[in-house]
Amino acid sequence: MVDQNSIQISNSSARSEHLLDVRELSTRFATPDGYVQAVDNVSFYVDEGETLGLVGESGCGKSVTSLSVMGLVPSPAGEIVSGSVMLQGRDLRLVPDSEMRKVRGGEIGMIFQEPMTSLNPVLTIGRQITEALEIHLSLKGHAARERAVEMLARVGLPDPGKRFDDYPHQLSGGQLQRAMIAMAICCNPRLLIADEATTALDVTIQAQILELLQSLCEEFRMALLIITHNLGVVARYAQRVAVMYAGKIIEVGTADEIYSAPRHPYTNGLLSSVPRLDATHHTRLKSIQGEIPDLAHLPAGCSFAPRCGWVVDACRVEVPELQPSASHHMTSCWEQDRVARELSGQSRE
Amino acid sequence: MTSLLTQDIPNEVQEARLSVRDLRVHFPINTGFFVRRQTAAVKAVDGVSFDISPGETLGLVGESGSGKTTTGRAILQLERSTAGSVRFRGVELTDLSAKRMRPFRSEMQIIFQDPYGSLNPRMNAGRIIGEPLIVHELAGNKDGRRDRVAELLERVGMNPAMMGRYPHEFSGGQRQRIGIARALAGEPSFIVCDEPVSALDVSIQAQILNLLSDLQSEFNISYLFIAHDLSVVRHISDRVAVMYLGKIMETASSADLYENPMHPYTRALMSAVPIPDPILERRRERIVLAGDMPSPANPPSGCVFRTRCPIATDECAEVVPHLTDHGNRHQVACIKV
Repeated sequence: MVDQNSIQISNSSARSEHLLDVRELSTRFATPDGYVQAVDNVSFYVDEGETLGLVGESGCGKSVTSLSVMGLVPSPAGEIVSGSVMLQGRDLRLVPDSEMRKVRGGEIGMIFQEPMTSLNPVLTIGRQITEALEIHLSLKGHAARERAVEMLARVGLPDPGKRFDDYPHQLSGGQLQRAMIAMAICCNPRLLIADEATTALDVTIQAQILELLQSLCEEFRMALLIITHNLGVVARYAQRVAVMYAGKIIEVGTADEIYSAPRHPYTNGLLSSVPRLDATHHTRLKSIQGEIPDLAHLPAGCSFAPRCGWVVDACRVEVPELQPSASHHMTSCWEQDRVARELSGQSRE
Repeated sequence: MTSLLTQDIPNEVQEARLSVRDLRVHFPINTGFFVRRQTAAVKAVDGVSFDISPGETLGLVGESGSGKTTTGRAILQLERSTAGSVRFRGVELTDLSAKRMRPFRSEMQIIFQDPYGSLNPRMNAGRIIGEPLIVHELAGNKDGRRDRVAELLERVGMNPAMMGRYPHEFSGGQRQRIGIARALAGEPSFIVCDEPVSALDVSIQAQILNLLSDLQSEFNISYLFIAHDLSVVRHISDRVAVMYLGKIMETASSADLYENPMHPYTRALMSAVPIPDPILERRRERIVLAGDMPSPANPPSGCVFRTRCPIATDECAEVVPHLTDHGNRHQVACIKV
């Protein structure tokens, strides 16, 4: 029975060589104002050992995308409407809930923004790690404790044997995030999802945690999906970048392409509105006019059209699809060639 | 009122609008169940000095617990200072009575971080902005106030017709604009901006930073700009002071600090901030500090940074470093520099 299922799946969708392959994923939420399309026809992939950065401002759908991948969309308000989430060739949307519990924390490790609220305050750090080891690797007693202490040491917690018996409130924010990482990687996941994992931390602690994540990914050949609003973090750690706006991926490509030759006006707007540490002093920031649109009342056509400086009539009528300009560089903009031309002209001046 | 205040200003301080000297704010830690007594103190701010000239922005940067917010609050006399002096236009504020402090309350304003928590949810925008006008008797009668509120809303880039709306009806960026309009109502010459853009999305953050710059050049306002984001602080400030555990580690002009950071903490802080440019990032030196910031209730002896410092020696545990000038008003508190 199980075999038949898997045969069917591999027949129906072309075999994917990517570790994670998300195709045409749509997730919506029921609100008093009607349905809100939080994730709208989103496709992206993550390869073995690669780091993908998913960037966007609040409400762009980046967190709902990660929740959809993990099968954690809060129901009944939210539901995945269509699309597939292929992990190592298996569609996670067809995996039953009981089985998904083994995928989460097993093949997919997760780290969230608030370590204080994502950990159970009445269980010791050690117990929370051994629980995962019990479920996923059937490790118990001494063996589990040994492995947990080893992981706590690997993530750089001082005095790991003692930390094992500590409760979450006894640790600082940075230490808690390290403990979370130990928990996420203790079962050798293939993919680690870090959803704003360092946003609540101070910069020097953020640097510690991100350097740790990078070295762990290299050591265990884990793929990393970094979800953040911080363009700098993505530039430093990601090989490829996907930019989201109003529930859609509007541009995706290698980090070098996205940062040095953006083709979507929003990507460009985002990049020029961040104050840079290396900028000439007192240059005026080029802000994007207007506000982030309300997902319940999106404009017709391209969602960015009302704020866009390159807007033409077509933008207000029809939604642009992602179109490739280089092998892996895709942009959804009707005027992307003109945008790219004018921007490269500007930078040459 | 103004002429009375300017009379007794000694010549040498006339150029600095705000002058802070050796400011200390210590919070007592009381223990004991029946007899409460002070057993220790959290040294939130421990000997901070700086000047801010008219129309100048001093950026105060540091991580959580470094004492930057307490410094801002102590300047505005919202927090009682333990020692030190705060002189505003030559007047010592630390020993003014609440009544004599009042004229300064309109001239010294504050913009808060949280645009959600800092506006009264039961007042509409018009009342929030109009209240300082009533308290400080600035705009005459009701009609005068209404006109002034409309003018302020327009100045911060909002439609005056929104006057009747309540905070929950606005976006984060709009609320921050209302907070700025409220601060402007007092016709301030000095504003403490306490993390004013930290809660905002990048595209909105740029709008607010540009607005603050415009207002500064228009009204010649001095800012104390408090933030943890070094890129934002560098962008908006003329001078920057880096704080760690209640003390200033380094202070210099914005350009100097970036081009030539001297204190090991500043260097680490700078390298921890990623620049949105992957090609440049691959070449950058990365200094990762070990450990966490120590508790301000029990700071290390000698230099407070020595427990995380990559170049600390035994000597650093004994000698308390003082800010020393390295030319061009670039001051560093480190015995190894």
